[in-house]
Amino acid sequence: MTGQPVLLAEDLTVEYRINRAWVSAVRDVALCVDSLEIHGLVGESGSGKTTLALALMRYLAPNARIASGRILLDGADLVTRTPAEMRAVWGRQLNLVPQDPLASLNPAYTVGEQIAEITRLHSRLSRADAWSRAVETLASVRIADPETVARRYPHQLSGGMQQRVTIAMALSAQPRLLVLDEPTTALDVTTQAAVLDLFRDLIHANGAAAVYVSHDLGTVAHFCDRVTVLYAGEVMESAPVGALFAGPLHPYTAGLLASLPRPTAPGVRLPTIEGVAPALANRPPACVFAPRCPVALPVCSQIKPPLETANNGHQVRCHRWQEIASGTLQPHRPAPPLVVDSQPRRSYVLRTNSLTKHFSEHTLFDRLMRRQPRPVRAVDDASLRIRERSTLGLVGESGSGKTTLARCIVALETADSGEIELCGVGISRRLNERDRDTLRRLRMVFQNPNDTLNPYQTVQQALERPLRRLAGERLNAQQRRQRVLDLLAAVRLTPDYAGRYPAELSGGEKQRVAIARAFAANPALIVADEPTSSLDVSVQAVILNLLKDLRATTGASYLLISHDLDVIAYLADWIAVMYLGEIVEEGDAEDLYSPPQHPYTEALLSAIPVPDPTRPPGAIRLEGDVPSARSVPTGCRFHTRCPRKLGPVCEQERPPWRDAGDGHMIRCHIPIADLVQLQSHPRQEQ
Amino acid sequence: MTRYIVRRLLLLVVTLFVSSAVVFGLTQLLPGDIARLILGREASEQALEQLREEFGLNDPVLQQYVNWLAGFMRGDWGRSFSSGSPPVRPLVTERLSNSARLMALTLAISVPLSIALGVLAALRENSWLDSAISVLSLSVVGLPEFVTGLVLINFLALQLGLFPATSLVQPGFTLGDWLQVLFLPAVTATLVLLGYVVRMTRAGVVEELKKPYVRTAVLKGLPQPVVIFKHVLRNALLPTITVIALSIGWLIGGLVVIENVFNFPGMGSLLVEAVKQKNIPVIQAVVMVTIVFFALANLAADLLYAALNPRIRLR
Repeated sequence: MTGQPVLLAEDLTVEYRINRAWVSAVRDVALCVDSLEIHGLVGESGSGKTTLALALMRYLAPNARIASGRILLDGADLVTRTPAEMRAVWGRQLNLVPQDPLASLNPAYTVGEQIAEITRLHSRLSRADAWSRAVETLASVRIADPETVARRYPHQLSGGMQQRVTIAMALSAQPRLLVLDEPTTALDVTTQAAVLDLFRDLIHANGAAAVYVSHDLGTVAHFCDRVTVLYAGEVMESAPVGALFAGPLHPYTAGLLASLPRPTAPGVRLPTIEGVAPALANRPPACVFAPRCPVALPVCSQIKPPLETANNGHQVRCHRWQEIASGTLQPHRPAPPLVVDSQPRRSYVLRTNSLTKHFSEHTLFDRLMRRQPRPVRAVDDASLRIRERSTLGLVGESGSGKTTLARCIVALETADSGEIELCGVGISRRLNERDRDTLRRLRMVFQNPNDTLNPYQTVQQALERPLRRLAGERLNAQQRRQRVLDLLAAVRLTPDYAGRYPAELSGGEKQRVAIARAFAANPALIVADEPTSSLDVSVQAVILNLLKDLRATTGASYLLISHDLDVIAYLADWIAVMYLGEIVEEGDAEDLYSPPQHPYTEALLSAIPVPDPTRPPGAIRLEGDVPSARSVPTGCRFHTRCPRKLGPVCEQERPPWRDAGDGHMIRCHIPIADLVQLQSHPRQEQ
Repeated sequence: MTRYIVRRLLLLVVTLFVSSAVVFGLTQLLPGDIARLILGREASEQALEQLREEFGLNDPVLQQYVNWLAGFMRGDWGRSFSSGSPPVRPLVTERLSNSARLMALTLAISVPLSIALGVLAALRENSWLDSAISVLSLSVVGLPEFVTGLVLINFLALQLGLFPATSLVQPGFTLGDWLQVLFLPAVTATLVLLGYVVRMTRAGVVEELKKPYVRTAVLKGLPQPVVIFKHVLRNALLPTITVIALSIGWLIGGLVVIENVFNFPGMGSLLVEAVKQKNIPVIQAVVMVTIVFFALANLAADLLYAALNPRIRLR
């Protein structure tokens, strides 16, 4: 066994048939995965990482083919196999853990049946034996009550449980190689941390190997042994994880790492990668990264660089890697500093007082039966304050109520009770009772720009609408046109974008248009709900810089909602943490990242994988799932999962707000001094 | 599931109530004096009045409705206005049993055939087979039933002599006799339904095939028939069930043209005759029976849908 890799791919080229021509999506890729190794495939959207991962399994779209190359699984070539022969390999030796667990499970069968199916097929087990094996496998992925879960349907399980089921399914026939296609993208950070721990243990226990596809460099840093970076279908760099993060040799890798958001001094701008990734059909002929490369030479657009081995298995495809390796060439340019806004921030632009929103479904049937279903307590008693020209970051996992709270503020939902004050004046909770000036001053940027730009409106039309409807002064066509061009310039788009339709824009460009639209009529506050979570890392950095610039030049404030504490750390001055509809901690951005912290905040920070493999991962893992907002736990809502629970007091009494100084408030039964003491000592590793 | 069934049953009762009122109300709007219609132009005023009393036509409308509905539920469907005033129920039930047989054979032919064609088209999406199935099934939908019916009669009955050209029903028919008589009308009705069910099935399967769980099933190493029949069809056929149930009302009460072409004594032609004669009790009974069938078919479809779809059954 020793010596022979589990998976070896050589010269692998995968092509798609697009408009009657074959276009390569993956070109000349070599990949070697040893036993027990977890090999990361990193790249942005369009890099070909998912195509490659599925091609390694010999699973191709109907319009795709493997044009050349070999894929050796334990030494046997998969490329030459017939479909019938592949069926004996799939499920037994090779398995996939998919990105979207709910969609990847058949809604019509119990999860137990879906797992048992595999062993019935490959191990020829009887129905009863296969079922008990399925229950055992569910237990092995640390599902507490496997008997019950096996009889459940996918939609009855939480996201984390669904993903455990797909893991159990993938492992049930003890495969040699697992392909993990962004397996934690659909999960919350606390769940993600537990699932990745589980993966590592199970891969080692089964003596398997894995290919881990991800765009998230943080998880890659802690989870993988070796990383291959793809760009435009080609390998740019491949190295052991420590070497890659410590000293990237390719300008693309260096740029990606540099553009990750992190807490920075106020005037520091995130370095970005200029331009956009090329479309499959018109990739540059020589170095594919040359047009975006900050250190490209004329040779880079003439001769294709070979994939060379630097040292210790560190491979790189760049003409200038020696210069980068020796430290004589800085692979990315430092970004120009940001405009720093130093005016004092006195008044509050937004204040909410005890906003509450419960959703209750009352059907005719319930009324006939005189039943009172329990409401979903989405937001309870939320009080926020945002100072002028500042950013409040609202953090929480899915189901924490952060989006509902934001929608209540802009009145997309009508809060049940509570007050909202904009620039010191109370405004109605109902949208139709708000005047135009309120609408103008309070604007929103949504998560997914694809859904929020009308596909039949040009950029010009999209930007003109708020100008016409909301701008106080009447503008003629000429003035409106000028304002549109100013807005485009503000979001760094050239004037020719005005005539384009959303379909002609990339994801990042669409989000820039959405931001321009929000700024069109001089808003006072912009509510941005996960504005970068659908974007690639390099594009995210551009948008985050833009948001910082616009805040300094326009004087607007932001309410920034994100599950990503790094994004929040880069942009926010003040942070509020939500759990199950309640704000559990708030304070200055700098104070929140160090003790004392609410135990939930502490757990969240511990679960975030830092993109640095030398930093030990946080040791706190939350057990279980977020409880349903229909049956909120009594006392402290976090007590069911809290690693620092004191005792019955946490279950019975609502915790008080404790003041940690400078407006830093923590809602916890543990006194501040005790929190500081508990959290300053590193916890024992379990 | 129990809760779901109870809800559906409640809804069914409400539906039937509302439609009975609509049916009764609409027949009240038919113009003309019913008594004179029955007795003829020369009837004396006294005879007319007597008949009105006898049929309860002088009662207030609401009372007439209540009497009619109570009678309908008891099984007393009134007396026909035609000569001799025969009771309506035997008249309708006889036609109903004919129509039900035709419906059963039509479904037995059309459901497997159109689902098979739809699945085949979806599995070979955008191939020549897919185009051929789509073009064929859509073009026969476009043809009126009397055209397809007459073509079938011409070839299969008159030229080849395989089936009778008219579908007259006689007492004492054996199963074989029934199949002989029903085959051509059933094929004609199948051709009408084919297009809808094929398109629906094809769309359903194409959509499901794109879903990630199909990839999961394939990557388990399952043979293709298992992937298609066990994993895909179970989800893909859900909308098709609804379409088939919707066609049942038409098959019971709406086959007027086909019944006329084949001279088949079904509910549709009974309704047309009754409308021509303003034979209100017969109209009401035929329409109500059709509605009951339609509603029950939809209930059955909803329950089947829920049984196959745990997302509805277990919320």
